[in-house]
Amino acid sequence: MSSTKQVVKVGIADLNITTAPHSIRTSGLGSCVGCVIYDPVRKIAGLAHIMLPDSSLSRQTKMNDFKYADTALPILVDQLVSAGARKTALKAKIAGGAQMFKFNSQSDMMRIGPRNTEAVICELKKMGIPLIASDTGGNCGRTIEFFAETGDLHIRTVSKGESIL
Amino acid sequence: MQIEKLTSVQLDVLREIGNIGAGNAATSMSLLTNQKVDMDVPVVQLIPFGQVMELIGGADELVVAIYLRILGEAPGTVYFIMSLAEAEQLVRQIIHDNSFTLGMEEEIDDFAISALMEAGNILTGSYLSALSDFININMQPSIPNLAIDMAGAILSVGLIELSNVTDYAIVIDTRMNNDEDRNRFKGHFFLLPDTETVPKIFNALGIDYYE
Repeated sequence: MSSTKQVVKVGIADLNITTAPHSIRTSGLGSCVGCVIYDPVRKIAGLAHIMLPDSSLSRQTKMNDFKYADTALPILVDQLVSAGARKTALKAKIAGGAQMFKFNSQSDMMRIGPRNTEAVICELKKMGIPLIASDTGGNCGRTIEFFAETGDLHIRTVSKGESIL
Repeated sequence: MQIEKLTSVQLDVLREIGNIGAGNAATSMSLLTNQKVDMDVPVVQLIPFGQVMELIGGADELVVAIYLRILGEAPGTVYFIMSLAEAEQLVRQIIHDNSFTLGMEEEIDDFAISALMEAGNILTGSYLSALSDFININMQPSIPNLAIDMAGAILSVGLIELSNVTDYAIVIDTRMNNDEDRNRFKGHFFLLPDTETVPKIFNALGIDYYE
Protein backbone atom coordinates (compact mmCIF):
# COMPACT_ATOMS: atom_id res chain seq x y z
CA MET A 1 0.00 0.00 0.00
CA SER A 2 2.99 2.23 -0.46
CA SER A 3 1.13 4.32 -3.03
CA THR A 4 -1.10 5.75 -0.29
CA LYS A 5 1.88 6.93 1.74
CA GLN A 6 2.83 10.52 1.30
CA VAL A 7 5.99 12.38 2.14
CA VAL A 8 5.38 15.84 3.55
CA LYS A 9 8.30 18.07 2.60
CA VAL A 10 9.59 20.82 4.83
CA GLY A 11 11.80 23.57 3.38
CA ILE A 12 14.40 25.75 5.04
CA ALA A 13 13.00 27.90 7.87
CA ASP A 14 9.68 26.10 7.62
CA LEU A 15 7.66 23.54 9.58
CA ASN A 16 4.79 21.11 9.06
CA ILE A 17 3.07 18.08 10.56
CA THR A 18 1.91 14.65 9.40
CA THR A 19 0.21 11.49 10.67
CA ALA A 20 0.69 7.75 10.12
CA PRO A 21 1.14 6.10 7.65
CA HIS A 22 2.83 9.13 6.13
CA SER A 23 6.30 10.51 6.66
CA ILE A 24 7.81 13.97 6.87
CA ARG A 25 11.12 14.98 5.41
CA THR A 26 13.59 17.83 5.09
CA SER A 27 16.63 17.90 2.80
CA GLY A 28 20.17 19.22 2.98
CA LEU A 29 20.44 20.26 6.63
CA GLY A 30 23.83 21.83 7.20
CA SER A 31 24.15 24.08 10.22
CA CYS A 32 20.36 24.11 10.41
CA VAL A 33 18.71 21.69 12.84
CA GLY A 34 15.82 19.42 11.93
CA CYS A 35 13.66 18.95 15.04
CA VAL A 36 11.01 16.23 15.02
CA ILE A 37 8.38 16.32 17.75
CA TYR A 38 5.90 13.42 17.83
CA ASP A 39 3.24 11.58 19.79
CA PRO A 40 4.25 7.90 19.45
CA VAL A 41 0.81 6.55 20.37
CA ARG A 42 -1.41 8.85 18.33
CA LYS A 43 1.25 8.67 15.59
CA ILE A 44 1.27 12.37 14.84
CA ALA A 45 4.59 13.99 14.00
CA GLY A 46 5.87 17.47 13.23
CA LEU A 47 9.15 18.68 11.81
CA ALA A 48 10.78 22.13 11.98
CA HIS A 49 13.81 23.13 9.88
CA ILE A 50 15.44 25.60 12.28
CA MET A 51 17.87 28.07 10.76
CA LEU A 52 18.85 30.30 13.69
CA PRO A 53 18.88 29.97 17.48
CA ASP A 54 17.26 33.08 18.84
CA SER A 55 14.54 35.39 17.51
CA SER A 56 15.83 38.30 19.60
CA LEU A 57 18.67 38.57 17.04
CA SER A 58 16.19 39.34 14.28
CA ARG A 59 16.49 42.71 12.60
CA GLN A 60 13.38 42.23 10.51
CA THR A 61 10.20 44.19 10.92
CA LYS A 62 8.13 41.23 9.75
CA MET A 63 9.87 38.20 11.17
CA ASN A 64 9.47 34.62 9.99
CA ASP A 65 8.66 32.76 13.23
CA PHE A 66 9.52 29.41 11.66
CA LYS A 67 13.19 30.41 11.32
CA TYR A 68 14.17 30.54 15.00
CA ALA A 69 14.34 27.74 17.59
CA ASP A 70 12.60 29.75 20.31
CA THR A 71 9.64 30.75 18.13
CA ALA A 72 9.25 27.77 15.78
CA LEU A 73 9.11 24.96 18.34
CA PRO A 74 6.18 26.33 20.42
CA ILE A 75 4.25 26.82 17.15
CA LEU A 76 5.04 23.25 16.13
CA VAL A 77 3.76 21.95 19.48
CA ASP A 78 0.55 23.99 19.12
CA GLN A 79 -0.04 22.56 15.66
CA LEU A 80 0.56 19.01 16.91
CA VAL A 81 -1.86 19.49 19.82
CA SER A 82 -4.54 20.95 17.52
CA ALA A 83 -4.10 17.89 15.30
CA GLY A 84 -4.83 15.60 18.26
CA ALA A 85 -1.43 14.91 19.81
CA ARG A 86 -1.26 14.84 23.63
CA LYS A 87 1.13 17.40 25.01
CA THR A 88 2.38 15.12 27.80
CA ALA A 89 3.18 12.29 25.38
CA LEU A 90 5.37 14.33 23.06
CA LYS A 91 8.93 13.23 22.39
CA ALA A 92 11.65 14.68 20.19
CA LYS A 93 14.46 13.60 17.88
CA ILE A 94 16.92 16.03 16.31
CA ALA A 95 19.59 16.05 13.61
CA GLY A 96 21.81 18.63 11.92
CA GLY A 97 23.76 21.47 13.49
CA ALA A 98 26.90 20.78 11.50
CA GLN A 99 29.73 23.20 10.92
CA MET A 100 30.09 23.08 7.15
CA PHE A 101 33.20 25.23 6.83
CA LYS A 102 35.99 25.69 9.28
CA PHE A 103 37.73 28.91 8.39
CA ASN A 104 38.41 31.67 10.83
CA SER A 105 36.05 34.54 10.59
CA GLN A 106 35.09 37.35 12.90
CA SER A 107 31.53 36.34 12.25
CA ASP A 108 30.05 34.23 15.03
CA MET A 109 27.74 32.87 12.34
CA MET A 110 30.49 30.32 11.77
CA ARG A 111 29.58 28.56 15.01
CA ILE A 112 25.89 28.66 14.15
CA GLY A 113 25.46 24.86 13.92
CA PRO A 114 26.36 24.10 17.55
CA ARG A 115 24.42 27.19 18.67
CA ASN A 116 21.33 25.99 16.82
CA THR A 117 21.63 22.58 18.46
CA GLU A 118 21.99 24.12 21.93
CA ALA A 119 19.01 26.40 21.36
CA VAL A 120 16.77 23.55 20.19
CA ILE A 121 17.74 21.37 23.17
CA CYS A 122 17.13 24.29 25.52
CA GLU A 123 13.70 25.00 24.03
CA LEU A 124 12.68 21.32 24.27
CA LYS A 125 13.75 21.30 27.93
CA LYS A 126 11.72 24.44 28.56
CA MET A 127 8.63 22.77 27.10
CA GLY A 128 9.28 19.53 29.02
CA ILE A 129 9.65 17.41 25.88
CA PRO A 130 12.14 14.54 26.29
CA LEU A 131 14.87 14.30 23.65
CA ILE A 132 14.98 10.62 22.65
CA ALA A 133 17.77 10.66 20.08
CA SER A 134 20.06 13.06 18.27
CA ASP A 135 22.66 13.11 15.54
CA THR A 136 24.24 16.54 15.52
CA GLY A 137 27.55 18.26 14.83
CA GLY A 138 30.28 17.15 12.48
CA ASN A 139 30.79 18.83 9.13
CA CYS A 140 28.41 17.01 6.79
CA GLY A 141 24.99 17.71 5.36
CA ARG A 142 22.03 15.55 6.37
CA THR A 143 18.69 14.69 4.82
CA ILE A 144 16.19 13.37 7.32
CA GLU A 145 12.83 11.61 7.08
CA PHE A 146 10.61 10.72 10.02
CA PHE A 147 8.04 7.93 9.80
CA ALA A 148 5.02 8.68 11.97
CA GLU A 149 4.00 4.99 12.02
CA THR A 150 7.23 3.61 13.53
CA GLY A 151 8.79 6.68 15.12
CA ASP A 152 11.97 6.05 13.15
CA LEU A 153 14.12 8.93 12.00
CA HIS A 154 16.11 8.05 8.87
CA ILE A 155 19.24 10.12 8.39
CA ARG A 156 21.16 10.16 5.12
CA THR A 157 24.59 11.71 4.60
CA VAL A 158 26.77 11.79 1.50
CA SER A 159 29.72 9.93 2.97
CA LYS A 160 28.22 7.65 5.59
CA GLY A 161 25.01 6.51 3.91
CA GLU A 162 21.80 6.03 5.86
CA SER A 163 21.29 5.43 9.55
CA ILE A 164 18.15 5.15 11.69
CA LEU A 165 17.55 6.83 15.04
CA MET B 1 16.29 47.79 4.80
CA GLN B 2 14.13 46.48 2.01
CA ILE B 3 15.83 44.43 -0.65
CA GLU B 4 12.55 42.96 -1.82
CA LYS B 5 12.20 45.49 -4.63
CA LEU B 6 14.81 46.19 -7.26
CA THR B 7 14.39 48.40 -10.31
CA SER B 8 15.41 47.24 -13.77
CA VAL B 9 18.41 49.58 -13.68
CA GLN B 10 19.53 48.06 -10.41
CA LEU B 11 19.13 44.56 -11.82
CA ASP B 12 21.24 45.57 -14.82
CA VAL B 13 23.99 46.78 -12.52
CA LEU B 14 24.00 43.52 -10.58
CA ARG B 15 24.06 41.57 -13.85
CA GLU B 16 27.05 43.61 -14.95
CA ILE B 17 28.81 42.80 -11.70
CA GLY B 18 28.25 39.11 -12.36
CA ASN B 19 29.61 39.59 -15.87
CA ILE B 20 32.76 41.32 -14.78
CA GLY B 21 33.56 38.90 -11.98
CA ALA B 22 32.85 35.77 -13.98
CA GLY B 23 34.49 37.15 -17.12
CA ASN B 24 37.75 37.52 -15.28
CA ALA B 25 37.35 34.10 -13.70
CA ALA B 26 36.59 32.52 -17.08
CA THR B 27 39.87 33.91 -18.42
CA SER B 28 41.76 32.42 -15.46
CA MET B 29 39.95 29.16 -15.98
CA SER B 30 40.82 29.11 -19.61
CA LEU B 31 44.50 29.60 -18.78
CA LEU B 32 44.39 26.94 -16.10
CA THR B 33 42.79 24.26 -18.26
CA ASN B 34 44.21 25.46 -21.55
CA GLN B 35 40.75 25.36 -23.09
CA LYS B 36 38.16 27.81 -24.27
CA VAL B 37 35.70 28.66 -21.51
CA ASP B 38 32.48 30.50 -22.29
CA MET B 39 29.99 32.03 -19.95
CA ASP B 40 26.31 32.82 -20.10
CA VAL B 41 24.72 36.16 -19.37
CA PRO B 42 24.36 36.28 -15.59
CA VAL B 43 20.95 35.72 -14.09
CA VAL B 44 20.08 38.01 -11.21
CA GLN B 45 17.28 36.86 -8.98
CA LEU B 46 15.76 38.03 -5.79
CA ILE B 47 14.30 34.84 -4.38
CA PRO B 48 13.15 33.26 -1.12
CA PHE B 49 15.78 31.10 0.60
CA GLY B 50 14.04 27.85 -0.29
CA GLN B 51 14.32 28.56 -4.00
CA VAL B 52 18.06 29.22 -3.90
CA MET B 53 18.72 25.47 -3.60
CA GLU B 54 16.44 24.85 -6.59
CA LEU B 55 18.84 26.80 -8.82
CA ILE B 56 21.25 23.89 -8.65
CA GLY B 57 18.86 20.96 -8.55
CA GLY B 58 17.44 20.98 -5.03
CA ALA B 59 18.67 20.81 -1.44
CA ASP B 60 19.54 17.12 -1.77
CA GLU B 61 21.73 17.50 -4.84
CA LEU B 62 25.34 16.42 -4.37
CA VAL B 63 27.63 19.26 -5.40
CA VAL B 64 31.28 20.25 -5.22
CA ALA B 65 31.57 23.80 -3.92
CA ILE B 66 34.37 26.21 -3.25
CA TYR B 67 33.20 28.93 -0.99
CA LEU B 68 34.62 32.11 0.40
CA ARG B 69 33.36 34.98 2.46
CA ILE B 70 33.99 38.50 1.25
CA LEU B 71 35.28 40.49 4.18
CA GLY B 72 35.75 44.24 4.36
CA GLU B 73 33.43 47.03 3.37
CA ALA B 74 31.05 45.05 1.20
CA PRO B 75 30.57 41.64 2.79
CA GLY B 76 28.99 38.76 0.96
CA THR B 77 29.52 35.19 -0.11
CA VAL B 78 30.99 33.77 -3.30
CA TYR B 79 30.40 30.19 -4.36
CA PHE B 80 31.85 28.28 -7.23
CA ILE B 81 29.66 25.22 -7.67
CA MET B 82 30.08 22.17 -9.88
CA SER B 83 28.39 18.80 -10.18
CA LEU B 84 30.53 15.82 -9.30
CA ALA B 85 31.01 15.04 -12.99
CA GLU B 86 32.03 18.60 -13.75
CA ALA B 87 34.56 18.63 -10.91
CA GLU B 88 35.95 15.36 -12.17
CA GLN B 89 36.33 16.87 -15.61
CA LEU B 90 38.10 19.87 -14.15
CA VAL B 91 40.63 17.75 -12.26
CA ARG B 92 41.23 15.67 -15.42
CA GLN B 93 42.09 18.78 -17.35
CA ILE B 94 44.37 20.15 -14.68
CA ILE B 95 46.35 16.95 -14.16
CA HIS B 96 46.12 15.79 -17.80
CA ASP B 97 44.75 12.39 -16.85
CA ASN B 98 41.52 11.38 -18.59
CA SER B 99 41.10 8.24 -16.53
CA PHE B 100 40.83 10.12 -13.25
CA THR B 101 37.59 9.62 -11.26
CA LEU B 102 36.47 11.21 -8.03
CA GLY B 103 34.97 7.86 -6.93
CA MET B 104 32.83 8.89 -3.98
CA GLU B 105 32.83 5.34 -2.58
CA GLU B 106 36.34 5.69 -1.26
CA GLU B 107 38.04 8.70 0.25
CA ILE B 108 38.79 11.26 -2.43
CA ASP B 109 42.53 11.47 -2.82
CA ASP B 110 44.45 14.46 -1.50
CA PHE B 111 45.80 15.28 -4.90
CA ALA B 112 42.31 15.80 -6.36
CA ILE B 113 41.26 17.83 -3.35
CA SER B 114 44.27 20.07 -3.71
CA ALA B 115 43.71 20.49 -7.46
CA LEU B 116 40.10 21.49 -6.81
CA MET B 117 41.11 23.83 -4.00
CA GLU B 118 43.69 25.49 -6.18
CA ALA B 119 41.26 25.90 -9.07
CA GLY B 120 38.67 27.28 -6.68
CA ASN B 121 41.20 29.64 -5.21
CA ILE B 122 42.12 31.03 -8.58
CA LEU B 123 38.53 31.30 -9.78
CA THR B 124 36.95 32.85 -6.74
CA GLY B 125 39.97 35.12 -6.28
CA SER B 126 39.84 36.45 -9.83
CA TYR B 127 36.07 36.84 -9.58
CA LEU B 128 36.45 38.92 -6.47
CA SER B 129 39.36 41.06 -7.61
CA ALA B 130 37.54 42.05 -10.81
CA LEU B 131 34.50 42.91 -8.77
CA SER B 132 36.48 44.91 -6.26
CA ASP B 133 38.28 46.86 -9.00
CA PHE B 134 35.04 47.59 -10.81
CA ILE B 135 33.11 48.97 -7.89
CA ASN B 136 36.23 50.37 -6.24
CA ILE B 137 35.37 48.99 -2.84
CA ASN B 138 37.89 47.14 -0.73
CA MET B 139 36.91 43.46 -0.64
CA GLN B 140 39.05 40.91 1.16
CA PRO B 141 38.59 37.22 0.45
CA SER B 142 38.55 34.80 3.35
CA ILE B 143 40.49 31.56 2.96
CA PRO B 144 38.47 29.46 0.50
CA ASN B 145 36.89 26.21 1.63
CA LEU B 146 36.00 23.12 -0.31
CA ALA B 147 33.00 20.95 0.40
CA ILE B 148 31.52 17.98 -1.41
CA ASP B 149 28.07 17.69 0.02
CA MET B 150 24.36 18.45 -0.36
CA ALA B 151 23.51 21.78 -2.00
CA GLY B 152 21.20 22.76 0.86
CA ALA B 153 23.85 22.24 3.51
CA ILE B 154 26.42 24.23 1.55
CA LEU B 155 24.25 27.13 0.36
CA SER B 156 22.63 27.64 3.75
CA VAL B 157 26.04 28.83 5.04
CA GLY B 158 25.69 31.93 2.86
CA LEU B 159 21.97 32.31 3.54
CA ILE B 160 22.50 32.28 7.29
CA GLU B 161 24.60 35.41 6.94
CA LEU B 162 21.51 37.15 5.55
CA SER B 163 18.89 35.48 7.62
CA ASN B 164 18.58 37.83 10.58
CA VAL B 165 17.67 40.58 8.16
CA THR B 166 15.64 38.99 5.38
CA ASP B 167 14.11 35.84 3.94
CA TYR B 168 15.23 36.71 0.42
CA ALA B 169 18.61 36.41 -1.25
CA ILE B 170 19.94 38.30 -4.24
CA VAL B 171 21.64 35.61 -6.27
CA ILE B 172 23.89 36.68 -9.11
CA ASP B 173 24.33 33.42 -10.98
CA THR B 174 26.80 33.09 -13.86
CA ARG B 175 27.19 29.79 -15.63
CA MET B 176 30.45 28.84 -17.29
CA ASN B 177 30.15 26.26 -19.99
CA ASN B 178 30.86 25.13 -23.47
CA ASP B 179 27.92 24.02 -25.59
CA GLU B 180 29.98 22.47 -28.34
CA ASP B 181 31.83 20.00 -26.21
CA ARG B 182 30.16 18.21 -23.33
CA ASN B 183 33.50 17.13 -21.96
CA ARG B 184 34.55 20.64 -21.27
CA PHE B 185 34.43 22.25 -17.96
CA LYS B 186 31.24 23.75 -16.49
CA GLY B 187 30.23 25.45 -13.28
CA HIS B 188 28.20 28.11 -11.55
CA PHE B 189 29.31 31.25 -9.81
CA PHE B 190 26.98 32.45 -7.11
CA LEU B 191 27.42 35.83 -5.54
CA LEU B 192 25.26 36.45 -2.50
CA PRO B 193 25.82 40.01 -1.32
CA ASP B 194 24.91 40.69 2.30
CA THR B 195 21.93 42.99 2.60
CA GLU B 196 23.97 46.00 3.71
CA THR B 197 26.27 45.56 0.72
CA VAL B 198 23.67 46.12 -1.98
CA PRO B 199 23.13 49.86 -1.36
CA LYS B 200 26.92 50.30 -1.11
CA ILE B 201 27.40 48.77 -4.55
CA PHE B 202 24.73 51.01 -6.06
CA ASN B 203 26.19 54.02 -4.32
CA ALA B 204 29.70 53.29 -5.57
CA LEU B 205 28.35 53.11 -9.11
CA GLY B 206 26.36 56.30 -8.79
CA ILE B 207 22.93 54.75 -8.73
CA ASP B 208 20.40 55.94 -6.23
CA TYR B 209 19.26 52.96 -4.22
CA TYR B 210 15.87 54.44 -3.51
CA GLU B 211 15.02 55.82 -6.91
